[in-house]
Amino acid sequence: MNGAAPAIRLTAIDKYFGAVHANRSASLVVQEREIHALVGENGAGKSTLMKILSGMTPADGGTVEVGGREVTGWTTAEAIAAGVGMVHQHFMLVPTLTVAENVVLGREPVSAGTFDRARAERDVERLCEQSGLAVPAGRLVADLSVGEAQRVEILKLLYRGARVLLLDEPTAVLSPPEVAELWKVLRRLRDGGATIVLITHKLDEVMAVSEHVTVMRMGETVANMATSDTSPEKIAKAMVGRDVDLAVRQGGGAAKLAGTPGAVALDVRHLVVRGARIEKAVDDVSFSIAPGEILGIAGVEGNGQTELLEAIAGIRGVTSGTITLGGADITHRGVHNRGEAGLSHIPEDRHRRGLILDYTLAENLILGQQHHYTNNGILDRHAIIDHARRRIVEYDIRPTDPSLPARALSGGNQQKIVIARELSRAFTVLLAAQPTRGVDVGAIEFIHAELRKAREEGKAVLLVSAELKEVLTLSDRIAVMYGGRFVAMFPRSDASEEVIGPFMTGAARGQVA
Amino acid sequence: MTVLLFLAQTLRIAIPYLFAAAGGAIAERAGVVSLTLEGFMLGGAFGAVLGAHYTGSAWLGIAAGVAVGVLLGSIHAGASIRFKADQVVVGVAINLFAVGITRFFLQLAFQSSSNSPRVVGFGASAGGSSAAFLANPLVWLGLAVMPAMAFVINKTRFGLRVRAVGEHPQAAASVGVPVNRVRYAAVIASGALAALGGVYLALDQHQFTDSMTAGRGFIALAAVIFGRWDPLRAGVACLLFAAAETLQIQLQAAQIIPSQFVAMIPYVLTIVAVAGVVGRSTPPAALGKTSE
Repeated sequence: MNGAAPAIRLTAIDKYFGAVHANRSASLVVQEREIHALVGENGAGKSTLMKILSGMTPADGGTVEVGGREVTGWTTAEAIAAGVGMVHQHFMLVPTLTVAENVVLGREPVSAGTFDRARAERDVERLCEQSGLAVPAGRLVADLSVGEAQRVEILKLLYRGARVLLLDEPTAVLSPPEVAELWKVLRRLRDGGATIVLITHKLDEVMAVSEHVTVMRMGETVANMATSDTSPEKIAKAMVGRDVDLAVRQGGGAAKLAGTPGAVALDVRHLVVRGARIEKAVDDVSFSIAPGEILGIAGVEGNGQTELLEAIAGIRGVTSGTITLGGADITHRGVHNRGEAGLSHIPEDRHRRGLILDYTLAENLILGQQHHYTNNGILDRHAIIDHARRRIVEYDIRPTDPSLPARALSGGNQQKIVIARELSRAFTVLLAAQPTRGVDVGAIEFIHAELRKAREEGKAVLLVSAELKEVLTLSDRIAVMYGGRFVAMFPRSDASEEVIGPFMTGAARGQVA
Repeated sequence: MTVLLFLAQTLRIAIPYLFAAAGGAIAERAGVVSLTLEGFMLGGAFGAVLGAHYTGSAWLGIAAGVAVGVLLGSIHAGASIRFKADQVVVGVAINLFAVGITRFFLQLAFQSSSNSPRVVGFGASAGGSSAAFLANPLVWLGLAVMPAMAFVINKTRFGLRVRAVGEHPQAAASVGVPVNRVRYAAVIASGALAALGGVYLALDQHQFTDSMTAGRGFIALAAVIFGRWDPLRAGVACLLFAAAETLQIQLQAAQIIPSQFVAMIPYVLTIVAVAGVVGRSTPPAALGKTSE
């Protein structure tokens, strides 16, 4: 200590959620005016620790100090009043209100008994200028891009005078240029006197912007390092507790294997699909995938990837165009029929589409294939449990009790259930949507290996991921989707973040036939 | 003259719709399903007659009717918000409760299973001259209620918060808006407003008759949906439905078409309006969902 108290000091924090020990004597010290990265696998307790700091949930033990003052057990309102605010992973914005209305909500300027909209907009515009966060104050939040929405979240905190900003995985939904823009803003805020804690599990981000990094594992704080003294490998090792292969394996030998020439496993022609809000969420998309090939779709979320995969999977109707699987036209077939024809699907939202959370592990492992596990129309318990036992071992699902409800498992293990189910059935084409979303480093490694294995076995894989790195790592060819269209298509050897980035934001345009 | 008569009749029928739909608009914008409008109206009608009967004052009748609306609104709010009950189920329950409890007290207070004795009210009794009903202060209040509601929802701080909690309660809560308190206020206001619709019916007819609201609360809710949860548009929908009803009455009198078909007009129009014309309207995102 050299006199000045740290901006944040969390000491010996304990937190239980039922039987789960989310924080085990965790600690965190953040100095004034620094960008501090808080990293760890999913379920390591990072978000819980930040929720305790921001007053959203009380700790079961330990002390919270902010600026040298003990504030243990404070409320969100007290935290905001003291200048500590959090940008949540899921935006806390009201889509039907304007930017200005969202920013001032809860602390609205009032004149003559009515809400003073003009003043709210003026205040927000001034704030935009001061912080360098450009957002049109009068625009509806529903009409903003994800990057703009995130700026609104930060503006909300600044409007309340926040000087300590906690950001929970802020880059998960951003394109590379938007990420670069965010770093600029955070540095400017820090130079202006703000203290920033950045929750992330992306190690390149840690290296790019932070001064210090704190690593958590299984609820405990396991390392605290100056970023300049460490490396991604060291951080990954601290996160997982063992050495992790971070190398991007692709190109070279693998590329030669890619695709059987001439053969087509999945063929999509001039596909048009209606979205929830727009007429053509997918707008005249054509492509085909060969057996043994992974086609990756890069793009900022919300540019039609979801609708495209749902249309191919049979969950969403097709306006026009055709989908051909192994030579058979499946455009108008049902989901079950497509499955029997050789289509497998890892849906992007495992809670909504991938699992029935209250069903057991064993039941979830046969969803959609239950007719293969029946005797005269009655479910064959033994066959189901036997199948589950084998998958649990094969895919390293934990805990290993097949009668546990899926809800009881961690996100990574839930995803493994979906992966196990979809990869253990007979299939020729795999749709993999966000296959590693919200899972930890160890599980990512495993899932990537499984996808590569499927490819080597001659399956065709259509991969959609918000993680550009993931697309670049796994794919043989990469399509970029923007505004419902394929605006570019690259062989892996020609693709890089720099080349793809401009297409993702619409800055560069093209049309793939 | 016929045109004037038609307009007067339409207006007279529209007033209860306007009150109830104003109540429906504010509750639904705050994210609470308003199937209860029917029960609020019936309770308000009975309260008004009871109040007018015992005090001899139509004004105190209004007060009593509104008090019943506030009471029913509080029950709805408590069950839906505090106890997180399914709002559709609560709505149906309150509607049935209103039918039963008014019938019970009708028997208890007036020893009748069908109607109350004649009480003081406003204007001439049912079927009176077209201009007489303009003496009823509730008519003027009813005409003002939708513009006033539009102002509250779109221009005031309370309205901004109502819109926020109906769309994204977690976001509102995260910036310190007391979500449940805003919803309580909106639902209780909806009880009072819908009750005024019932009060108007009862005092216009100078009596309470069993189940006298006859589905008007549901038509008001349809008007809210037809108006896409916007008070002014919902007001226009109320006038439209009332015009259809007036048409029905006049056609029935003319006996050109079999009366059963004519009687269907307002209901068919309601179904067509809600199902067809509205098409893909978007309700408040958090409608029917409780919040922690």
